[in-house]
Amino acid sequence: MCVEFRTRHGVVRALEEVRFIVRRGETVGIVGESGSGKSVTAYALMGILDPAARVTDGRAVFGGLDLLHASRQELEAYRGRELAMIFQSPRTALNPIRTVGRQIEDVLLRHQTVPRAKVRDRVIELLTLVQIPDPERRARAYPFEMSGGMCQRVMIALAIAASPSLLVADEPTTGLDVTTQAAILDLLDELARTTGMATVLISHDLGLIAERCDRIVVMHAGHVVEEAPARAMFAGPRHPYTARLLASTPRVGAKLAELVPIPGGVPDLRAELPPCRYRARCERAVAECDEPPLPRTQVAPGHLVACRRPL
Amino acid sequence: MRLVGRRLALAIPGLVGVVVVTFLLNRALPGDPAAFFAGPAATKQAIDEIRVKLGLDRSLPEQFLYYVRDLGRGNLGTSLTTGQSVVSDLVQRLPASLELTLAGLALAVGVALPVGVFAATRPGSWIDHVARVVTTTGVSLPVFFTGLLLVYVFYYLLGWAPAPLGRLDAFASAPRTITGFFTIDALLTGQPATAGAAVRQLVLPAVTLGIFAMAPIARMTRAAMLGVLSSDFIRTARAAGLASRTVLFTYAFRNAMLPVVTLLGMIFSFLLGANVLVEKVFAWPGIGSYALEALIASDYAPVQGFVLVMATIYVLLNLAIDVLYGVIDPRVRIEA
Repeated sequence: MCVEFRTRHGVVRALEEVRFIVRRGETVGIVGESGSGKSVTAYALMGILDPAARVTDGRAVFGGLDLLHASRQELEAYRGRELAMIFQSPRTALNPIRTVGRQIEDVLLRHQTVPRAKVRDRVIELLTLVQIPDPERRARAYPFEMSGGMCQRVMIALAIAASPSLLVADEPTTGLDVTTQAAILDLLDELARTTGMATVLISHDLGLIAERCDRIVVMHAGHVVEEAPARAMFAGPRHPYTARLLASTPRVGAKLAELVPIPGGVPDLRAELPPCRYRARCERAVAECDEPPLPRTQVAPGHLVACRRPL
Repeated sequence: MRLVGRRLALAIPGLVGVVVVTFLLNRALPGDPAAFFAGPAATKQAIDEIRVKLGLDRSLPEQFLYYVRDLGRGNLGTSLTTGQSVVSDLVQRLPASLELTLAGLALAVGVALPVGVFAATRPGSWIDHVARVVTTTGVSLPVFFTGLLLVYVFYYLLGWAPAPLGRLDAFASAPRTITGFFTIDALLTGQPATAGAAVRQLVLPAVTLGIFAMAPIARMTRAAMLGVLSSDFIRTARAAGLASRTVLFTYAFRNAMLPVVTLLGMIFSFLLGANVLVEKVFAWPGIGSYALEALIASDYAPVQGFVLVMATIYVLLNLAIDVLYGVIDPRVRIEA
């Protein structure tokens, strides 16, 4: 999949040949720095990209439907029921002048996954599921009457209301305390197990990704640089960027001095870029890195690296 | 309900202020009403007699006390020009102004809201540009000019509209007063022909006002809708698969209504007082032209009455808007 943004300062090639597969019941983690294209990937999947964005190439096949080229009606029917998304910043992601119960009801009524008479009960059930205390009262509350963590849980209840087959969770636990975070992620795990829901978990928290994901996709500047089973990725990263990313993450028992920052920043995507967008930051770069195309090598079963000189 | 009560209580100091200011302002106006009333041929003695009769010979505080006492009795004095009590004049003329203003505003809202919403859903499209040009033209033309233009085209050239001579043409008689709105009264008393005649008289002045009021409403609606449509919760609603209609109307429109409602209140009170020109062009017997004529004639009492009525309407209107705000936005209810 390729996505471009047309801005006042030129075309930003936000995503270039991003490809990965998510199987039923599987949790795939997408990691990368801010600006690496994690959220854009999610928005493109959901068909809610900004009007300035244009999907220039590619497909996102979901149960036989190409999401990137589906009609508006098809997409509307799929979104929420089959595909759902949890957004970051839960406070602003909920309608400020509608009770949270009503907002969940709207989704249930729209997709008719439960009979009309049962909608209210289902709302309470969902709120209980995401561990909101006193759900009957909370269903009548407005978002501004709740804490950020509470709003995030409502957001999750909203997303899983119609039991989707694929859940895209963009930083779902940012701003939550550790216990709530664990509870929420356990809940998502359980849903994945019981309903076969596939999850795309977007985060820059490598610890969280390591713990919760079956496979990991590492993104850098709109490219997928490495894709591997979680275990293999942490045991032996093959892309220099992934290695750097792991080295810059705090671990138990590691000293602060051992943390290594990654030099440089995400490159300006408006400029002419070398085939490998990590080139300028890479310590292993050689002259042949400037020759297109960027290779995608399978170094082990299910372990793909986009690098000429993998580790 | 508590909110309404509190709001009313807060309005009282404002009204007291209005009473004081109108009193002082009218005394400060140039011109001697006694001399005006007595006529050009009156002797000094006659003028003095009238001055005593009007109570103008007393000190200002004394005059003020009399004024307040009369107000309390519902007596706003007598108009020197019409010879009738100001209260009866206002009772007769206020509904005319209200009917015209409400009709104009309803028309403006009826056109401007859909245009604003439509323009916001397709920013930069031809409909957006057309809407902008039309509304800008509407607000750039002075109302009396729009009024004259409409009269010229629809009455003089095309002959579709009746003569711009007030609320009913000369051959129809006014319906029995129930609400004071001729159209509604005629229907209530079972006179559809009269109602039709009243509507025909109303169309052109209402359109004139409507064209003027349309631009700010359409612009505000467009801006508010654009703002709301790009907000996070709309993205959530879309990602949840809600139908575009639900997203647009239930989610976006209601949120966008908050600033529009505020604006509507301002436009309404502005139109009510400022449509003197429209009333003049269409010989509409409203309170605006009444106040203007009284002002030119140095006739205090009607001007005072007019300002008081306007202030009261303004207070009530703001109250209504606050209540409406509370209905739309739960956050306002909590703060109150």
